Amino acid sequence: MPNLKDLKNRIASVKSTRKITKAMQMVAAAKLRRAQDAAEAARPYAERFNAVMASLATSVGDSDSAPRLLAGTGKDDVQLLVVLTAERGLCGGFNSNIVKLAKTRIAELKAKGKTVKILTVGKKGREQLKRDHAALFVGHVDLSDVKRLGYGNAQDIARDVLARFDNAEFDVATIFYAKFNSVISQEPRAQQVIPASYGTAEDHQDGASTLYDYEPDEESILADLLPRGVATQIFSALLENAASEQGARMSAMDNATRNAGDMIDRLTIEYNRSRQAVITNELIEIISGAEAL
Amino acid sequence: MADTMKFDLVSPERKLLSAQVTAVQIPGSDGDMTAMPNHAPTITTLRPGLLTVETTEGTRQFVVTGGFAEIGESLSVLAEKALPREDMDQATYEALVDEAQRAYQQTKEAYPNEPGPVDDAAKLLMDMVAVGSHIGLDPKQPSL
Repeated sequence: MPNLKDLKNRIASVKSTRKITKAMQMVAAAKLRRAQDAAEAARPYAERFNAVMASLATSVGDSDSAPRLLAGTGKDDVQLLVVLTAERGLCGGFNSNIVKLAKTRIAELKAKGKTVKILTVGKKGREQLKRDHAALFVGHVDLSDVKRLGYGNAQDIARDVLARFDNAEFDVATIFYAKFNSVISQEPRAQQVIPASYGTAEDHQDGASTLYDYEPDEESILADLLPRGVATQIFSALLENAASEQGARMSAMDNATRNAGDMIDRLTIEYNRSRQAVITNELIEIISGAEAL
Repeated sequence: MADTMKFDLVSPERKLLSAQVTAVQIPGSDGDMTAMPNHAPTITTLRPGLLTVETTEGTRQFVVTGGFAEIGESLSVLAEKALPREDMDQATYEALVDEAQRAYQQTKEAYPNEPGPVDDAAKLLMDMVAVGSHIGLDPKQPSL
């Protein structure tokens, strides 16, 4: 039987753990609201952008002169995986889920004999992928100093990816991130960004109905917009990821707080029982001592 | 004929303005244009410059650094970076010019034998500098 002092210490330590997880949960809830607002604010831009790109892509897409960012290099031998994860842990399965999806994809691609290259954003993804696939790494973007995600961060990543594309380092680029469904559900996703697929104009409500004049011509607009499209997609993914991370952390910390509460209850019962046992023991000793006289 | 149309100015991070407007002057990359209701559907890219929005309540100006505009039933300007003119001070302006200059230097190093992209970056830089004199700030002269 553990002695009373140990039990008491144990209860105190679980109590302070509960305080910490509770605080982390509340911080995550506040950050989640901010992240959701940011994602909400960025949505109009992305929506308009994709609608315009869809109508442009349908009018230029089929011709031979279509830019390589849209049409691709005609091969898919070298694949770049851009894995977006968090800078911090303690957020449940958030990072592991994204990494797991990326690992499945790596295994599939390798089985088909493709070359895989990995670019990570966020410390946690790099740590997990480095264990198995250190040889495939081509780069890492550190966002740990970034307090508030801005479009500039996405532009930097996009610039890095585009420079590699221009140097013919890869044929297809896919980003991995977690889509935010709700606080308890975040869904890891893979999205291909190069060559870009904007769907057809019919997918967007008013894209097909209007015939636009282009100034300058369609091709130069497309050439100007496609690199921005990469940045826009990465930016949306980063924002989704930020919201997902906070959501995942919130529910993970909520669970941890509840578990700590259960553990305190259990330990308190055990403590009271042991205390009672000690008292009973002492009484028996006194009584039997008195009887012996 | 409708005398106003719906206008949206959005940047990747937020929506800056959504209003009914009578006319909008857009700094297009092939030259300025004014969009009024019932303008022919047009998509144009932007150069760094001043975007003037005329609503029934008055005129507002924004500094944009690039992006594109879609004119149709309604008008959407999707700016890479946009801020109201009154928020634009000397320090912000100089930071923007510095950024354009850095981009120019990088392009010059990346494409030593191709004049195309370098000229584009140089034009972007000069446009950015011109914005300063337009809005009455001390134009910062870049060192090329």
